[in-house]
Amino acid sequence: MQDVQVLISGIPLNNYIYICAALFGIGALGVMIRRNAIVLFMCIELMLNAVNLLLVAFSSYLGDNSGQVFVFFIMAVAAAEVAVGLAILIMVYRNAQTSDTEVLNQLKW
Amino acid sequence: MSISQYIFWFLSFVALISALMVVFSKSPVYSVLSLIMTFFAIAGHYLLLSAQFLAAVHIIVYAGAIMVLFLYVIMMLNLNKEAEPHKKPYIQIISFVAIGLLMVTLIGTLKEAEAIAPSNIANNVGGIGTVEQLGKVLFNQFLLPFEISSILFLSAMVGAVYLSKKNLQ
Repeated sequence: MQDVQVLISGIPLNNYIYICAALFGIGALGVMIRRNAIVLFMCIELMLNAVNLLLVAFSSYLGDNSGQVFVFFIMAVAAAEVAVGLAILIMVYRNAQTSDTEVLNQLKW
Repeated sequence: MSISQYIFWFLSFVALISALMVVFSKSPVYSVLSLIMTFFAIAGHYLLLSAQFLAAVHIIVYAGAIMVLFLYVIMMLNLNKEAEPHKKPYIQIISFVAIGLLMVTLIGTLKEAEAIAPSNIANNVGGIGTVEQLGKVLFNQFLLPFEISSILFLSAMVGAVYLSKKNLQ
């Protein structure tokens, strides 16, 4: 199967590294500057996806299957994380009536 | 430029623009919708890298399950307020500087990887990324982690149900 070579032959691996670094940076920026807890979760998903994309790119360029299996496990963990995280968020919202992270500061030194 | 390069730049453009919209849009519902667009662009990237199985799983898990969960929580909690207060300006400036430094560090660290990759690209003829190949690896080499992840799912399910009960005593 020659598809991989033909498809990605014109694209340097560095392009994927730039795109993934930018996606990860945007996600981290969102975690820092937003105050809504649910948007924070979405930004964490963005960061996870940037890492996944880079793993798949490395795996395809190296011709090694293991990277794609790692991505599979990362997706499983991400799904579990979102389920538990949103349950925690609902519980916090029920107790504090807000999802603003600046109001939820009882653990802040 | 070949057709795959055009597809690559188009998908990257869509992914980055919609990722920026996730961060900078005012209403959380628009953030979720932009995030779905980002996920589809990333699934396109997976197809371009001929990881068909992961592209399908990505669409099913992220666009199908996680986004529904997000939208459901936003609508249930009625969080769709336009006027979310911003953080203090000096925190935003510090964040932008820190993210710039982080990206420079990431790119500087990772860009050496290209020296290794093209020499091995000739090995890539086994059709990796198909369901058949990934299934062989997943059920031989990674069988134990695969089974352990089912325990993770079970505990996550129990945790989510327990946390969302009305009276936690």
